[in-house]
Amino acid sequence: MAEVSVFSLVTGICVGLSAGYLGSLMVLKKMALVGDALSHVALPGLALGILLGFNPFLGAFAFLFGSAAIIWRIERATKLSIETIVGALFTLALAAGILMIPEPELLEALFGDITNVGLTDTMVALVVSLIAILSTKAIYKKIVLGMISEELAKSTGLDVDRINLLYLLLVSLTVAIGVRIVGTLLVGFLVVVPAATAKNVSSNLFGYSVLSSILGSVSSSSGVLLSGFLDLPSGPLMVLSGISIFLTAVVARSLRTRFFG
Amino acid sequence: MSRLARESTTDYILEVSDLTVKLKDQTILDNVSFKLKRGTTLAIVGPNGAGKTVLFRALLNLVPYKGKIEWKERVKIGYVPQRVSIGDIPISVQEFLSFKKPSGMGVCLGTQECLSLVGLDSERLSNRELRVLSGGQLQRVLIAWAIADRPNVLLFDEPTAGVDLDSEEAIYEMLNGLERENQMTVLLISHDIHVIRDYSEYMLALNRSVIYYGGSEQIADPSLLQKIYGSSTLLKTRKERE
Repeated sequence: MAEVSVFSLVTGICVGLSAGYLGSLMVLKKMALVGDALSHVALPGLALGILLGFNPFLGAFAFLFGSAAIIWRIERATKLSIETIVGALFTLALAAGILMIPEPELLEALFGDITNVGLTDTMVALVVSLIAILSTKAIYKKIVLGMISEELAKSTGLDVDRINLLYLLLVSLTVAIGVRIVGTLLVGFLVVVPAATAKNVSSNLFGYSVLSSILGSVSSSSGVLLSGFLDLPSGPLMVLSGISIFLTAVVARSLRTRFFG
Repeated sequence: MSRLARESTTDYILEVSDLTVKLKDQTILDNVSFKLKRGTTLAIVGPNGAGKTVLFRALLNLVPYKGKIEWKERVKIGYVPQRVSIGDIPISVQEFLSFKKPSGMGVCLGTQECLSLVGLDSERLSNRELRVLSGGQLQRVLIAWAIADRPNVLLFDEPTAGVDLDSEEAIYEMLNGLERENQMTVLLISHDIHVIRDYSEYMLALNRSVIYYGGSEQIADPSLLQKIYGSSTLLKTRKERE
């Protein structure tokens, strides 16, 4: 059994909480795959960090942040769906990242490694998660209102476009810290699966968003703990644990519907 | 109070002059001018693509326009759009109404008060999800949203589209009551001759530009219908259409 560090556990919980919370909006906006695809845009940034010797998180964040702004601009100019734009960008970024990252580090960039997390990483994850959650909380209702009716939202004076940009930037921030612990290939899971599970059993928005955050942190922390017990990489274990909760919720709901109507 | 008596005691709440809206180089509204008296109901009619919804958007300042739209001071507008997409958003009625922020220094009505004003049982419905409501209930909730911060002007874009006939009747009765009791000015887009005749005092017929503006009783005039729709039989009551 490998040792589980407190730093890994705290980082996992922070990332799970923020990814679950922001992901709850992403699933409602029918952008479930955007978080997943967006994470690949981090690869060239990670590569630059590794090659030039600065913190790869900063590189990932810079690329994600820039991409979010570009996506927002193209979406406004062309009215193409965000999924389409991200789809085009992510393949380019993935190809560039794979060509740029030295082979030994490629595996870590793709699948993450939470066992190497230290105090600084944990503090970054804590602060970034807090900023992402609090900022998203401030615009949560506005985003949902914009989803229900953009006209209605605008008629109350909301600048829907700017709020969407802010949200995309916050998603970038969350994905950037998620990449560090589960890697670019699996970070989409943290954004999508906890929210999908919560949506299946929630009857109001508050319960849905809170449950999504809790499930995100439960999935990520159980992945970290299991990796200590089983001496296996934490990223895939987080995914397996999150998917198990999702399937349990689906079965529980269908049983409840079948027997209690 | 008769309409004429009311006209003499009320002033104009809205003045629109030479309103022109172009979207993607296409003229949607061309030199539209009209005035609206406080506390009256104006029905906006016209064929599809006539610019009715765009007129509302211009009145709400949601699209760029040329010309002048002048709302009198202290106007507070409530708006019910033609379509909302609740989809599978797990949001309760209470949560939705709590999204409404009062404009200016006003205070929003509570959920219970809002729902009872639109004839809904708040105890039964406030915790229910929007996505499971019937078309009529959802429409009433949207109206409750619109009146939550006590507006003095209401804009309704086909407020009963997708609602069954009985609910439609009830919704218009309710709107009429709100207008009378709160001295509200109502602008509504409708395709229903019965609604226009029975629930509005004035009518603005649009087809990019103003074809007719005056008393709504003229809606029964076949020559006017011919001018608006190109056929005197296109505008019918909903019962006739169904």
